[in-house]
Amino acid sequence: MEAKSVKSSTRIRTKERQANMSWKEFYKNRWLYIMLLPGIIYFVVFKYVPMYGIVMAFQDYVPYRGIWESNWVGFKHFERFFSEPQFWMLFRNTLILALYNIIFFFPLPIIVSLMLNEVVTERFKRFVQTLIYVPHFVSWVVVVGVFYMIFTTEGGILNELIFAITGQKIAFLLEPGWFRTMIISQSIWKEVGWGTIIFLAALSGVDTQLYEAARMDGASRWRQLWHITLPAIRSTIIILLILRLGTFLDTGFEQIFLMLTSTNRDVGEVFDTYVYVKGMTQAQYSYSAAVGLFKSVIGLLLVVGANQLAKKCGEEGIY
Amino acid sequence: MKQDRTLGNRLFDYTNHTLLLLLGIVTVLPFIYITAVSFTSPAEVAKGGFILFPKEFSLAAYRYIFSTSTLLNSLWVSIYITVLGTLINLLLTTLMAYPLSRPYLRGRKYIMLGVLFTMLFSGGMIPTYFVVNSLHLTDTLWSLMIPGAISAFNLIVLKNFFQQIPDGLEDAAKIDGCNDVSILFRIVLPLSLPAMATFALFYSVAHWNSFFSAILYINDSDKWPVQVWLREIVILAQSRIGDTSIEEADIQPLTIRMAVIVFSTLPILMVYPFLQKHFAKGALLGSVKG
Repeated sequence: MEAKSVKSSTRIRTKERQANMSWKEFYKNRWLYIMLLPGIIYFVVFKYVPMYGIVMAFQDYVPYRGIWESNWVGFKHFERFFSEPQFWMLFRNTLILALYNIIFFFPLPIIVSLMLNEVVTERFKRFVQTLIYVPHFVSWVVVVGVFYMIFTTEGGILNELIFAITGQKIAFLLEPGWFRTMIISQSIWKEVGWGTIIFLAALSGVDTQLYEAARMDGASRWRQLWHITLPAIRSTIIILLILRLGTFLDTGFEQIFLMLTSTNRDVGEVFDTYVYVKGMTQAQYSYSAAVGLFKSVIGLLLVVGANQLAKKCGEEGIY
Repeated sequence: MKQDRTLGNRLFDYTNHTLLLLLGIVTVLPFIYITAVSFTSPAEVAKGGFILFPKEFSLAAYRYIFSTSTLLNSLWVSIYITVLGTLINLLLTTLMAYPLSRPYLRGRKYIMLGVLFTMLFSGGMIPTYFVVNSLHLTDTLWSLMIPGAISAFNLIVLKNFFQQIPDGLEDAAKIDGCNDVSILFRIVLPLSLPAMATFALFYSVAHWNSFFSAILYINDSDKWPVQVWLREIVILAQSRIGDTSIEEADIQPLTIRMAVIVFSTLPILMVYPFLQKHFAKGALLGSVKG
């Protein structure tokens, strides 16, 4: 009995001391906590309050009544979204663009970095890099604008050329059939050069003695590429591929937004542009918030899944 | 790496160099073409043909741009949000990254988790719009600077960078009676200038190139940055061709449209040498984890 009370009183005293300690510690680091404050406020106001605002997806949100006063409607907006024919259109468009991206875009930075890696003259290599990095830094508005200027049927240089040869013009920008080709070509122009950086960094870590040894053994250039260079960037390729799978719903919103016209919506509309059209131009706030939530949840699951997959493959994840 | 000088290898090198050179040229060719056309007289452009160098040099398109108040005004808006916005970004990111980089600070783990989660999940466009709107930021230039004030990714990279600075400096300064604020501004920041330069570039390019937040938050066309006008003049005008409800006169001639592209890209190309140097390093910064 006595022993027990002694024990509990010491426990109380340690607790008091801990509380004292943490208060002292807090006071000692007060400037650090004050510095943290603006950042914490920023994240709460602009990231976490909007997350709370998602509840409007389960309401019939009316701006002047706000989140507290609007009527709750449960899953009404989700049910509507899943039964709309647009749902499958959005899904198909997103999936096809992501697939095209992996097939036509993804291998290119790898190929270009392998080609750059074969260049012996450092100056020539840097010259080519300087040229191919440029489009990465211009905005999507400029990229799409440049494409418009070149591909338009009204005096665009490419159509002038095609007209001179075939006597016809191709409506690259109006014809829905050309939409995906245009999107992927723009991505290739803008980002392939920049995409080589990460592979070149991995390649620069390869021990040159490996190549010398291989050459001694009579390995040809192709064999060296196959047995030394490619294994060196294999893990980079795998992790980038997995990450791309994890973010495949984010199919370049700004770019697609700029490229959409009244004629190509059927092939071009994706989740984010649909949210914008429904929410901002048609004022269906709750419905578009529901679509946005659907996309965010699927996106979260995909990223977490991709990260698990990366870890299973023996790679480091992103978090 | 060096290879034996056999015929096959030399042929390979020759082809490889040619292909890479072609790739480089094709990449920048559109920019050269558009710049050339923008400096050519409209009459010459109307004749058609491929222009790589203006035969009849003319500043007509640029004279037009500088005579309109809208484009000049939008240039000022863009400069304003780029400079002020980047300063806000740097200040807030630094103030938050430094305390988070101190391993002894209690609660930092929870704050980091909170930051990381925002990279994986977000409220989305519509709820964010209502937050910005309820703070009365819409239709002000603040809506282009405050809602993106801290990039979670940059914050984490900067935090990791601060962690690499030796503790001894901090301890010595504390013994000399410095508080944490003066340690950050007098000791840590001067040591981090190259990193700060990289972040300044990251943020300022993002500000200069951003257009969607202006479309989302700003209705008043006097407050549009140059990218939004670029979209109006080059992209929207183009997709309106064939729409009979629009007057032909609303569509600017080719030379002017191209001059607007040059006009809005020039600042980026002027800082390109810095960009290339720092960005290439910066692109790999994220691979350092901690």
